[in-house]
Amino acid sequence: MDIQTLTYIFVGITFAIYIGIAIWAKAGTTDDFYVAGHNVHPLANGMATAADWMSAASFISMAGLISFMGRDGSMYLMGWTGGYVLLALLLAPYLRKFGQFTVPDFVGDRYYSNTARTVAIICALFISFTYVAGQMRGVGIVFSRFLEVDISMGVMIGMSIVFFYAVLGGMKGITYTQVAQYCVLIFAFMVPAIFISILMTNNPVPQLGFGSTLADGSGTYLLDKLNGLSTELGFGEYTDGRKSTFDMFCITAALMVGTAGLPHVIVRFFTVPKVRDARLSAGYALVLIAILYTAAPAVASFARLNLINTVSEAEYKTTPEWFKNWEDIDLIAWRDKNNDGKIQYVAGNAFEGKPQFKEGRGASGERLLSNADGPTENELYIDQDIMVLANPEIAGLPNWVVALVVAGGLAAALSTAAGLLLVISTSIAHDLFKKMLLPEISDKQELMFARIAVAVAVLIAGYFGINPPGFVAQVVAFAFGLAASTFFPVILMGIFYKRMNKEGAISGMIAGLLFTLAYIVYFKFINPADNNADNWWLGVSPEGAGTLGMTLNFIVAYGISKFTAEPPQEVQDMVERIRVPRG
Amino acid sequence: MSNNNDYWKENVSLLLKLLAVWFVVSFGMGIILADYLDQFQFFGFPLGFWMSQQGSIYVFVALIFIYVRKMNKLDKKYNVDEEEEQ
Repeated sequence: MDIQTLTYIFVGITFAIYIGIAIWAKAGTTDDFYVAGHNVHPLANGMATAADWMSAASFISMAGLISFMGRDGSMYLMGWTGGYVLLALLLAPYLRKFGQFTVPDFVGDRYYSNTARTVAIICALFISFTYVAGQMRGVGIVFSRFLEVDISMGVMIGMSIVFFYAVLGGMKGITYTQVAQYCVLIFAFMVPAIFISILMTNNPVPQLGFGSTLADGSGTYLLDKLNGLSTELGFGEYTDGRKSTFDMFCITAALMVGTAGLPHVIVRFFTVPKVRDARLSAGYALVLIAILYTAAPAVASFARLNLINTVSEAEYKTTPEWFKNWEDIDLIAWRDKNNDGKIQYVAGNAFEGKPQFKEGRGASGERLLSNADGPTENELYIDQDIMVLANPEIAGLPNWVVALVVAGGLAAALSTAAGLLLVISTSIAHDLFKKMLLPEISDKQELMFARIAVAVAVLIAGYFGINPPGFVAQVVAFAFGLAASTFFPVILMGIFYKRMNKEGAISGMIAGLLFTLAYIVYFKFINPADNNADNWWLGVSPEGAGTLGMTLNFIVAYGISKFTAEPPQEVQDMVERIRVPRG
Repeated sequence: MSNNNDYWKENVSLLLKLLAVWFVVSFGMGIILADYLDQFQFFGFPLGFWMSQQGSIYVFVALIFIYVRKMNKLDKKYNVDEEEEQ
């Protein structure tokens, strides 16, 4: 069967499963809707957390990014897993003991202030909307490439599935759907990884495979071969770092701390029955995440080596089918600068800016571009996002593997989108309406508000999916930067520093927020020409700004709290209470 | 109350130890010392590269499970664990 038929079958089956689960897990109360009745098994919560966390970015983009960044790509690997250590040790058990529904709940109650609650709501909404837009772009790419439907049509199909199970089941429906989605996505990621590892190194474990010798019998280690080829083409050694150590440090820290502060991840730990389950569940989540995160760098190396072997000095006319397919949807571009009909792939940008295609074909049949040439001999542009999706085709794996990867990419994007939409809906229905504007509404009415809020959020997210703002990639740095510079410090101090009061926390959050926002906006939007190491403060790139913002938050909060009244006795008693599991 | 204070102190000191390991394997060996460690071969990997793309993640997983075990013991020792459901 051809790829498209198989893809329709795989995607159809998985979507049917998600809908079936949604009907089975209908939510009856706000407790069900916000936190799945506080009775999710720790292993199920671990799987749901893993699916919630591993987004289109982890599944589709990350291995591709690493493949082009080499060792520097480890900032994503360490950043997006190391955050779970912080979450498990410093936040999750205590927030579970606190026992409410949302992060703004904690911030509002701990700092006895609706101002603090409002700042927290704004941050939660901003972070979640940013993130959802990214998921929708992922869904769009997958649909347009593999199902050959319009991107808007694809987004609409995806949105209606999420709409159905999120509105009906709330957190309960989302949790059990995410369990299924975890299984689909991890299977879909590992099958091709294992296949390719066997093909290239005879080792069926990808994590070991990329440290093994090549299958061609030469006795050369795969990484040595890759280092050799990369150096030859001017990219430098694959296993070497290129970023400055301090910048790597700050970006990794911002991603770690940001992970621990993301509201859609934190809220997952409200769903388990006990404090000890929250700890254990974080452990399960990280194991399940680590399976993908340790395989991804292996996939990155395999893909890099395969790519170089396939395209370098290859004749355009004889390139495989996938090369032209991706060129057709603008994600690969080639211009024959020296008119030899072959692809020269070396370091440096092939063109100025993103490829702009125009009508007509060149001498070898390639699509023509209107961009000016870049400064080097390089003739090839490859969008980093395509590596995972193209990898099975590049390695020549059977069609059903390609179809499986498509279903996995969709599972990753939809599961994360659902978790984020729930945060948006709880922030509005619970934090804004129930806690501040309309405290007298009944549980039934609040549940209705929550459903309406999810529905509206789905529509807004869908709109962004169909008309993606050009700045999606840039604003992802915001989500982590903001979580790192606002939520993480206030929650941490709320638990570990009893003397922290509302004056300190609010000014800390605002200082962290404004600094991070200003830093990123300046370099990404106001003055992108200055966005290089010479102009960065202390040599820290905007992606690492969250680390500076967090430090500032801690300093300001501590300083202000020293000069203002200590928190009321009942708040101090509450802190005592959340520190011990019993009671 | 003093029981709870001792529990909290032991909890914090456990956290600090585990976080020290967390810091050393990731920021220490995976970033700051990565170039230095790369001169050592670990199977087919340069050691610094392996720490930053594999080793640190395995240690993170181990840290959480050690934490879970130690905390469950600590809860019992100070008699602050959650009672079993009736």
